[in-house]
Amino acid sequence: MTQVPVAEGLFTEGDAPQLIGSKCGDCGIVTFPVQDSCPRCASIAMGEHLLASRGTLWAWTTQSFPPPVPPYVGPVGKDFVPFGVGFVDLGDVKVEARLTTTDPDVLNAAVRDNTPLDLVVVPVGTDDDGNEIVSYAFTVVKEA
Amino acid sequence: MAMDVAIVGVGIHPFGRHPGVSGIQMGAIAIRKALADAGVAWKDIEFAFGGSYEVDNPDAVVALMGLTGIPFTDVYNGCATAASALTMAANTIRLGDHRLGIAVGMDKHPPGAFSADPRDYACPLWYGQVGEFLTTKFFGMKINKYMLDHDISHQTLARVVNKNLRNGALNENAFRRKPMTEEQILESPMLNYPLTQYMFCSPDEGAAALVLCPAEDAHQYTDKPVYLRATTVRTRRLGAFEVHSTWLPEEQTVAPTVDASRAAYEMAGIGPEDVDVIQLQDTDAGAEIIHLAENGFCADGDQERIYAEGETEIGGRLPVNTDGGLIANGEPIGASGLRQVHEVVLQLRGEAGERQVPNTPKVGYTQLYGAPGTAGVSILTV
Repeated sequence: MTQVPVAEGLFTEGDAPQLIGSKCGDCGIVTFPVQDSCPRCASIAMGEHLLASRGTLWAWTTQSFPPPVPPYVGPVGKDFVPFGVGFVDLGDVKVEARLTTTDPDVLNAAVRDNTPLDLVVVPVGTDDDGNEIVSYAFTVVKEA
Repeated sequence: MAMDVAIVGVGIHPFGRHPGVSGIQMGAIAIRKALADAGVAWKDIEFAFGGSYEVDNPDAVVALMGLTGIPFTDVYNGCATAASALTMAANTIRLGDHRLGIAVGMDKHPPGAFSADPRDYACPLWYGQVGEFLTTKFFGMKINKYMLDHDISHQTLARVVNKNLRNGALNENAFRRKPMTEEQILESPMLNYPLTQYMFCSPDEGAAALVLCPAEDAHQYTDKPVYLRATTVRTRRLGAFEVHSTWLPEEQTVAPTVDASRAAYEMAGIGPEDVDVIQLQDTDAGAEIIHLAENGFCADGDQERIYAEGETEIGGRLPVNTDGGLIANGEPIGASGLRQVHEVVLQLRGEAGERQVPNTPKVGYTQLYGAPGTAGVSILTV
């Protein structure tokens, strides 16, 4: 099955993907995804900025019911699979992301213990041509 | 000091599900009740502001009321729509443009979580495609973080719902009037951890209206005027933890509710310690808990004790959502904030019947909050 990203310019391809954000050339704020103007100082000197692929969990919940279609592209009804959602702190910005677990014990422990989370690319649905739509998510790093 | 504005009439169309009754018709019914309450006729009304999400032209209600040619301005401002309609109606009087006006809100939502195109909220389309463009998920994240940071239990979430449904049972205009045990609430299906199905309000249908005039005119219409001491609306600042955000900066600041609240206390010259009856936006059980602190009524974390000891009950020190709030009334967006004011007016007049706050409350407070990070506060006194 061919994989297609849910949007162009969201994350880099390859074995070590990174989220693509932007950084203000005037005040230094980092945004995700790329935006053309600065939400802090209104500058338009925004440049592309690759984000760290490891961070810590700042806040989380679960999405335990199917989101409305459209815009949601994932399976619904009995095929719906609940997923986690959270804000992951990457050091210079916090990004909202799907999480690969919905286990409250794992996620609360990750917040409490500052457990690292890593960026991964995961399937989120199927398009009209049968391609697998992929997007970014974060997964709690298992202790060695 | 801004000129005081008085509320001299209130009316409500019951909230809930009303097949065959349009949003506009509900608006007209609420207006007629408010006019009767004030003892005035539609032809006496000099201007109106009308709020709605689903109804494109609330001003079309003039077809049901009378084509008198008045300036009628439609308002949509997310969950703060009603606060915006009220603020602009009050300011129209303060400017001296007109003396007798109406603020009305009406809505008729389909069942289920609100849905929209993310791009209309300055969010990318992919944000919705991957299943993150949901207000309920934000509410889950915000209260979950708050519970971890401030040691709030799941049981306190259930206590909020239990209280609001009990209050709703005393309110003939409420949508949900059947009390539920804390166990039933906690054991209902999880929607967005830690929030279960019965911890959320539902979009529904309803309308509410107010008749306003300058304070100096109030006794022409009523011997129990309620004065609007402050109305404020604020939007999110950079660093606030807000709904529909693909990212947040490292810097953090307070929610727009805190900004709107502080501005309202300043405008009114009244502090949270003076407030006798409180209406807070309880889109979900967690929101009421957080908003109790964001509006200055307690310190973060005190809610665990406050709810356990019944302080937010009708007979308690901090009566919150005495008409059942959004949890019992649902949320017809355009009408929701005017429903809050309607309840506070009844309470301050001593006309709230079985749910009357004892010892003649003199100061009331209402707060709205919603997507994409908008808050409205009003402070009312006798």
